[in-house]
Amino acid sequence: MSDQTLNPETMPEQPERATLEGKNKFLGFWFFLGGETVLFASLFGTYLALRNSTNDGPGAEELFGLELVFVMTMLLLTSSLTSVYAMYHMKNNSFGKMQLWLGITVLLGLGFLGCELYEFYHYIHGEGFTLRSSAFGSAFYTLVGFHGGHVTFGLLWIIALMVRNAKRGLNLYNAPKFYIASLYWHFIDVVWVFIFTVVYLMGVI
Amino acid sequence: MAENTNIHENYKRKKNKEEMKQQVITFALMIVFTLIAFGMVMADLSKLFVIPVLLVLAAVQVGFQLYYFMHMSHKGHEMPALMIYSGAFVAFMTVLTLSVLIWW
Amino acid sequence: MSTAVAQKKGFGAFIWDYLTTVDHKKIAHLYLVAGGLFFLVGGLEALLIRIQLIKPDNDFVSAGFYNELLTMHGTTMIFLAAMPLIFAIMNAVVPLQIGARDVAFPFLNSLGFWLFLFGGLILNCGWFLGGAPDAGWTAYAPLSTVSPGHGVDFYVLGLQISGAGTLIGGINFLVTIINMRAPGMTYMRMPLFTWTALVTSTLILFAFPALTVGLFLLMFDRLFGSGFFNASMGGNSVIWEHLFWIFGHPEVYILILPAFGVFSDVLSTFSKKRLFGYTAMVFATTLIGFLGFMVWAHHMFATGLGPAANSIFAIATMAIAVPTGIKIFNWLFTLWGGTITINSAMLWALGFIPSFTIGGTTGVMLAAAAADYQYHDTYFVVAHFHYVIVGGVVFGLFAAMHYWWPKMFGKVLNETLGQITFWTFFTGFHLTFFIQHFLGLMGMPRRYWTFLPGQHLETGNLVSSIGAFLMAIGAIVFVINVIYTSVKAPKVSGDPWDGRTLEWSIPSPPPHYNFKQTPLVRGLDPLWIEKMEGRKGITPAEPLDDIHMPNPSILPFIMSLGLFIAGFGFIYQVDNLSYLWLVILGMGITLGCMLTRSVKDDLGHHIHKEDLEKEGAEQ
Repeated sequence: MSDQTLNPETMPEQPERATLEGKNKFLGFWFFLGGETVLFASLFGTYLALRNSTNDGPGAEELFGLELVFVMTMLLLTSSLTSVYAMYHMKNNSFGKMQLWLGITVLLGLGFLGCELYEFYHYIHGEGFTLRSSAFGSAFYTLVGFHGGHVTFGLLWIIALMVRNAKRGLNLYNAPKFYIASLYWHFIDVVWVFIFTVVYLMGVI
Repeated sequence: MAENTNIHENYKRKKNKEEMKQQVITFALMIVFTLIAFGMVMADLSKLFVIPVLLVLAAVQVGFQLYYFMHMSHKGHEMPALMIYSGAFVAFMTVLTLSVLIWW
Repeated sequence: MSTAVAQKKGFGAFIWDYLTTVDHKKIAHLYLVAGGLFFLVGGLEALLIRIQLIKPDNDFVSAGFYNELLTMHGTTMIFLAAMPLIFAIMNAVVPLQIGARDVAFPFLNSLGFWLFLFGGLILNCGWFLGGAPDAGWTAYAPLSTVSPGHGVDFYVLGLQISGAGTLIGGINFLVTIINMRAPGMTYMRMPLFTWTALVTSTLILFAFPALTVGLFLLMFDRLFGSGFFNASMGGNSVIWEHLFWIFGHPEVYILILPAFGVFSDVLSTFSKKRLFGYTAMVFATTLIGFLGFMVWAHHMFATGLGPAANSIFAIATMAIAVPTGIKIFNWLFTLWGGTITINSAMLWALGFIPSFTIGGTTGVMLAAAAADYQYHDTYFVVAHFHYVIVGGVVFGLFAAMHYWWPKMFGKVLNETLGQITFWTFFTGFHLTFFIQHFLGLMGMPRRYWTFLPGQHLETGNLVSSIGAFLMAIGAIVFVINVIYTSVKAPKVSGDPWDGRTLEWSIPSPPPHYNFKQTPLVRGLDPLWIEKMEGRKGITPAEPLDDIHMPNPSILPFIMSLGLFIAGFGFIYQVDNLSYLWLVILGMGITLGCMLTRSVKDDLGHHIHKEDLEKEGAEQ
């Protein structure tokens, strides 16, 4: 593909799907998210099965405080909006603004991750609650940890894209890459909605 | 020709802007839902009432994410929607089984 | 000297070519060779099992080794032989059948293969490193969590890595079939093999994540001290059973559906008729795919889920007989009134119909939950699933290989040897497994190391073992056939069978861009339509132009190697924490490759119009 076709003067309406490669990436990534749905469902199912198996260790009600979870929810939810802003600017071909909003997304994501690490640290050292404490502990850390792992991977991914393309700007080769990274980021928020509902809110009721 | 492109470009930008407005409204609603969810739990209402409402609120939020933030309401998302719903079906069966069929 | 150097360089280049290839046809060769080798290993394990059971109180192998054999036989045959061989056929055929130049994600296609291979190698490393997995291919907890040594760890890590490869392959085929079809190739004009590949890929997409999670939980329990399946920590081992079978039942449909597709194409080609009830066949395929996710608990009737759950799953299971029955009748009606050619491929298809029907019938018997308490864990179950998996999947793979061998390699497999393979294998198969129904009904439990004399089990087991040797002879003759054909057989044209679908409209083996001009599809069985209208080939949909092709890459190989190294780190850090360095090294390699892939632009290359014209003139 020549430079010209990949670097049009104005972005087409759906820059993420303007090339065959883009179309394939777009579809393939959505399908992957369909698979991820089952992956997280298996983890949620396991958690629900084991949520009362505290083995005389600390349970959900004693452990979870809602303040931190509320802050984390707000951070991640806002980062979802900022990545929507980034995609909005991608469609308008304003690369600088896209990078700016992606940068804000990354900062919010880092904030979320920091809170999660603090929470885990507090449980492990403050409450003595670990993966090995009980089946409940195993299920909790695995479910929330898998989500945290997704957040970490998403952050590394977005940062890599930002750094790689900082100098050359937006084109039809990298537009699909940015787009699917933002889809991934939204999916992380989808999972978090269920985590704060099922694990934290339903845990302390 | 150049003018034509310009008109098209302006139209596109306007459309994008309007969509962005919708997104912000969606975001505001999601914040409200989150506040309601946390508020209900803090208010210590009856479990039988709170849990179903929490799940409905979560489902609606996820719908917003998918249809507005992830643009599933746009054209050309038939296959993604099919696969997400199929995944949700398998996910539902899995969660249902593991939460009710384990401790006999 | 120069020739020796040239030859050596030629061999090195050959290896390098295959290590870096992203061409779906060469990846098909890789899957075929690797899957074929694992099939022979799994077959050898089966022979050892049958030798041990040839007479009562035998001590040919020790009890512990027998457990390893039966575990590895099942695991190898399902994950390392049947799956990759199906991927081999799908890679070789699906892009050609839809008129595509390549798959949607050539790089991921290659990555999928190398992940599978390295996963399979980890799994088999257990043999040389203190004992293979020995908890059965289902690895039920708590047996699998307390099994001593590292055997089950090899199972966990090996399947995790090769499972990731399968998932990647599934997504690749989904997108390929949905996005890359030639103009005019609507969904309802796709050959049935492509349809089954599509449904199978969907099943892979939704089934494998459950296995991934199950394996992670098992890995955390074994390697990091978590308590998912540990009752003393409040865990529950039934979670493993559910997760395994939520994956495991769709898995058997993942295996059998492509075989159904193969038979549909073979029967229609050699009956010289379009497939009877094409629409119903498509409908039945998707219905089987859908029902495949609603029946997993029929593997757990004896677990104690309660009568309500058992009844629901029993009824759902019996319902699957309906779409399968539709298929059986459609195949029979395709034959009816056709101009039938009987050759090796067709023999496998004809042998499949009664064999698979027997397997389906015992399936409905097993689905009756109340009766299942009697059949459970006996040789009746072993007979049932070998009838569907060997009688369905393995027959399908043999049919596919005989049918598409000329397309893949440009030579027709030897017919005499092919028929010898069929008759020995077919006879051996029924000898081995038919009698096992009765052994099971007489009470012989599965997975036992030995049986006692004087319980009327001697004759049945002897017959079964003799059958196993016949199957082995059949398989060996097939290998001889492959070697003989590649050395002796003449090249054939692109269309040796008077085919009906797009793959037969191009040379054999196809050029690496497949279609010089994208074909225009005007109906079901597009090539046949053109033939009936007196044309020689397919009408092109576009003028001759430059062709865009993907670049080869070594990254998929290195990426998988990284996970292979990290896998060993995970397994051995239990003994000595310094093995964590292997984890860091391996994951570093893999993530580094991912980063390289992400930041390094790969725009592919073009084959120029002039070169294509020149090639045309040479032919």
